[in-house]
Amino acid sequence: MSLRALLETRLLPAISVVAIIIILPLFFPSAYYYRIGALVFIFALAVVGLNLLMGFAGQVSLGHAGFLGIGAYSVAIGPVYFGAPSWLCLFAGVMLSGAVAFAVGRPILRLKGHYLAIGTLGFGLLIAIVLTNEAGWTGGPDGMSVPGLILFGWRAHGSDAWYWISGITFVGGFVLALNLMESPTGRALQAIHDSEIAALVLGIDVARKKLTVFVISAMYASVAGSFLALFNGLVTPDMAGFLRSIELVAMVVLGGMGSIFGSLVGAAVLVVLPQVLTIFHEYEQALLGLIVMVFMIFLRQGIVPSVAAALAGGRKC
Amino acid sequence: MLILEAARLSISFGGVRAIDGVSIAVASGQVFSIIGPNGSGKTTLFNLVSGIYLPNDGSVRLAGDTVTGLAPDQLARRGLSRTFQNLQIFSRMSVLQNVMVGRHRHERTGILADLLHWPSVARQNLATREAARVALARVGLADAANRLAGSLAYGALKRLEIARALASEPTVLLLDEPAAGCNPVETQEIDRVIRSIVKDGITVVLVEHDMRLVMNISDRVHVLASGRTLAEGTPEQVRSNVEVIEAYLGVHDSQEAAHAFD
Amino acid sequence: MAELLQFVFSGLTVGAIYALVALGFTLIYNASDIINFAQGEFVMLGGMTTVFLSLAGVPLPLAALIAIVVTTAIGLALHRFAIAPARGASPVALIMITIGASIFLRGVAQIVFDKTFHSLPPLFSGGPIRFGGATILPQSLVVLASAAVIVVVLWLFVDRTMLGKAVIATAANRLAARLIGVDTRRIVDFSFAVSAAVGAIAGILITPITLTSYDAGTLLALKGFAAAMLGGIGSALGAVVGGLLIGMIEALSAGYLSSSYKDAVAFVIILVVLVAMPQGLFGRVKVERV
Repeated sequence: MSLRALLETRLLPAISVVAIIIILPLFFPSAYYYRIGALVFIFALAVVGLNLLMGFAGQVSLGHAGFLGIGAYSVAIGPVYFGAPSWLCLFAGVMLSGAVAFAVGRPILRLKGHYLAIGTLGFGLLIAIVLTNEAGWTGGPDGMSVPGLILFGWRAHGSDAWYWISGITFVGGFVLALNLMESPTGRALQAIHDSEIAALVLGIDVARKKLTVFVISAMYASVAGSFLALFNGLVTPDMAGFLRSIELVAMVVLGGMGSIFGSLVGAAVLVVLPQVLTIFHEYEQALLGLIVMVFMIFLRQGIVPSVAAALAGGRKC
Repeated sequence: MLILEAARLSISFGGVRAIDGVSIAVASGQVFSIIGPNGSGKTTLFNLVSGIYLPNDGSVRLAGDTVTGLAPDQLARRGLSRTFQNLQIFSRMSVLQNVMVGRHRHERTGILADLLHWPSVARQNLATREAARVALARVGLADAANRLAGSLAYGALKRLEIARALASEPTVLLLDEPAAGCNPVETQEIDRVIRSIVKDGITVVLVEHDMRLVMNISDRVHVLASGRTLAEGTPEQVRSNVEVIEAYLGVHDSQEAAHAFD
Repeated sequence: MAELLQFVFSGLTVGAIYALVALGFTLIYNASDIINFAQGEFVMLGGMTTVFLSLAGVPLPLAALIAIVVTTAIGLALHRFAIAPARGASPVALIMITIGASIFLRGVAQIVFDKTFHSLPPLFSGGPIRFGGATILPQSLVVLASAAVIVVVLWLFVDRTMLGKAVIATAANRLAARLIGVDTRRIVDFSFAVSAAVGAIAGILITPITLTSYDAGTLLALKGFAAAMLGGIGSALGAVVGGLLIGMIEALSAGYLSSSYKDAVAFVIILVVLVAMPQGLFGRVKVERV
C-alpha cells in the first residue's frame, strides 16, 4: 500500500496507536511505567465502549462501572469457587455483562436526558450494593483476591506482560469501534444522536440500536474490569462504585465525546494525574470534581476535537 | 388505486381537539396538498398519518393495509417517508452521510459483520455512498456532499431532507412545508424536485403555505380549518370556494377582497 | 406492634430529612429545570461545619447559624460559578456539572474537615420517650416539627409573597416570566440559596441522630432524589410525601426484610418509578411537540 493510501485509510488512528504502544516502552525508565501504561490501556478500553454509547449514540450511562465490576468479579469468583480457568471466566463475564445490559437496557433506554442519567446511576449503585453485601461470594467490602491469568500454560505475570496484553486488546477494541463507525449500524447510531425522530422515519429501529450499543459498551467495560482484576490480583466493590462511573464519564468527556482516539487521551490523563500527584493523594476527589466541572462548563467537546479544530483552523491560513 | 387513506381521524391534546374526524384519500402517483390557516392542524395530521401520534379515533391505511398505530420506523419499512417542518437533519454528520442514512432500510446490517468490517460491509458502503450521491444530485446538492450538514443554508437543508427521504425509495412521500422560508428561486427548485419525484411514480402528500406552489403542482387540495375538513377538490375548485377564502382572510376581509375590484 | 411502631418512627424521622432534600431538589428544578446533585452536600456541609465550628470553641447556636450562612453562600456560588456559565448546556451536561460539584465539595470537605464520623448534641437532652411500646428520640420530634415548619413557611412564602409568585411564574414558563419582568437569574439564585439553607438546616437537625461524615452527602442526594421522583418531580407536596414514604419503606424493609440492602430500596424505587410511572404520584405528564 502506498504511503498516501496508508495515511488516508480508515484505520490510520489505529495504526498510530499501534505505533505509540510499540515506541513508548523505549522511553520507560522502570517497570513502574509499564504498569501505568497497562492501566491506561485497560481504562481506555472501557472508555471506548462508553464513548460509543455516549459520544456516538448520544446516550448517557452514569453507572457503567457496574459492568466493570461484573467483569472483575467474574474472574475472581469463577476460579475461586468453580475452579474454572480465568480466560473462560473472562468470557463468561462478558456474556453476563451483555445479558444484564440487555435486560436492564430495554426499559431504561426508553428514558431520555436526565431520567436516563439517573436511571443508569441507580442501576450502577445497585450492582455495587450487591457486590458489597453478598460477602459470601464476593468477600464483602474488603473484596477478594484474584488468581492470575494462565493462558496455554503461560502465566501472565508482571507489568510488562500486562502492558502488551492490554495494549493489544485495546487496539482490537479500537479497531472494532472504528469499523462500527463506518457501517450501517454506526451511521444509524450517529443519526439517533442528532434526531431520533428522523432516524425512526427512515426505518431505523431506534430502540433496538440503542440496546445494541448499550450491550456492546457493557461488554467492553466487562473485559476492562476483568483485566483490571487479573492485573491487580484483587477486586473490591469500589470498582463498581459511583466514583468509578463518574471517572469513566470524565475520561470520555476529557478525551472528546465521539472521538475514539480521545478515549485513549482521556484515560491517560485521568490515570496519570493521580500518579503524578501522589503527594497530594487526598486532593484526588476534589480534583476529579473540579476537572468534571471545568470540562463540562468550558470544554465540552474535549481535548482531541478541540485540538483537531485548532489545527484545522491553523491550516487554513 | 388508493395508496394512502385516513378515515375519521381524531386526536385531542389535553382537552383541545386538534384534529376532528378528518378523512383523506390519496390516489397513487398524485400530488395531494393539505392547506389551511395556521393552527388548523396540518402538521398534526401529518404526525398522525406518519405514526408519530396515536389517534384517539379513526384509522390509516397504506396500500390497502391498515397501519393505524404503527411506529414511524414500521411505516418507513412499508414505504412511507416524510420530511419535517422544523428540519430534523443530522447536523453532526456530513451532507452525504445524512443521505446515506436514508438508505438504511435497504441495507443489510448485522452487528457482528459491522464490528468486523466484513468485505460485504465495505461493498455495501460503496453502493450506499453511490445511491446517496444520486439522490443528492436530484436535489441539486451534489457539490455539497462532504460539507458538514449543519453548515448549509436553510433552503439547502430543506432539499437535503428531501434527498434523504428519497434515498429510502418510498412509495409515499410526505413533505411538511418544503418551501417554508425559501425565496422564489429556491421555491422553484423545490417545485422542480417535486415534479421529478412524481415522475418516478412516487406519491407526494404536501403541507404547504405557498399558494402558488400548491396551485401549480397539486392534483387535489384538501383544506383544513380548526382541525376539520373545510373543503376538498381540484386546485381550481378550492381556489374559488368562498368558505376557503373566508377561512384564510376572515369574513370581514374576504368581503373586502370580494369588493376589491369594484 | 411495638416493633412496627418503632420502624414507623425511625422511618418518618429519616423520611423528614429526605423530604427536605427532595424539597431542595424541587425548588431548583422548578426554577431552572436542573437536577442539582450537590443537594446532599448542602446537608453534609450544614452538619459538618457546625461540628467543626463548635469543636473550635464557637457556641453551638452561633456555629449552626454560621454553618447555614456558609452553606447558603456555597449554594449561591454553585449557581453563579458552575451553572450559570454553562447556560444552554444539555440537561445531561448540567447534571454532570452538579455531580462534579458534589464530588468537588466532598473532596474539599475531606481535606478541610476529616474522614471520621461526627455527632452533635441533640436540642433537648434527656432520654428517649416511650410511646405505645416503642421509643422515640426527642430529636426525632424536633426533626419532624422543624420539617413541618419549613414546609409551611415555604408554602406561605410561595403563596403569599410577590417573590414567591415570581418563583411560581418562573417554574411555569421561564420565557414568559422574563417577558413580564421577572429577573429569572435572581430567581434561580434564590432557589439555590434557599435549597442550600434548607439542606443545611436538615443536616444540623439530623446529625445528633444519624451522625455525619464528609461523604454522607451522596447517599442523601440519591434518596432525596428518589423521594422527589416518587412524589413527582416538580411537585412540592410530592417531595414531602415521597420523602416520608421512602423513609418508611426503607425502615420497614430494613426491619422485616434485610437490613444490609436498606440503601438499595431507594434505588429500586427510582428505577421502578422511572420505568413505570415517570411522572410520579403528583406530577404531570408532559406532552412533547414535534
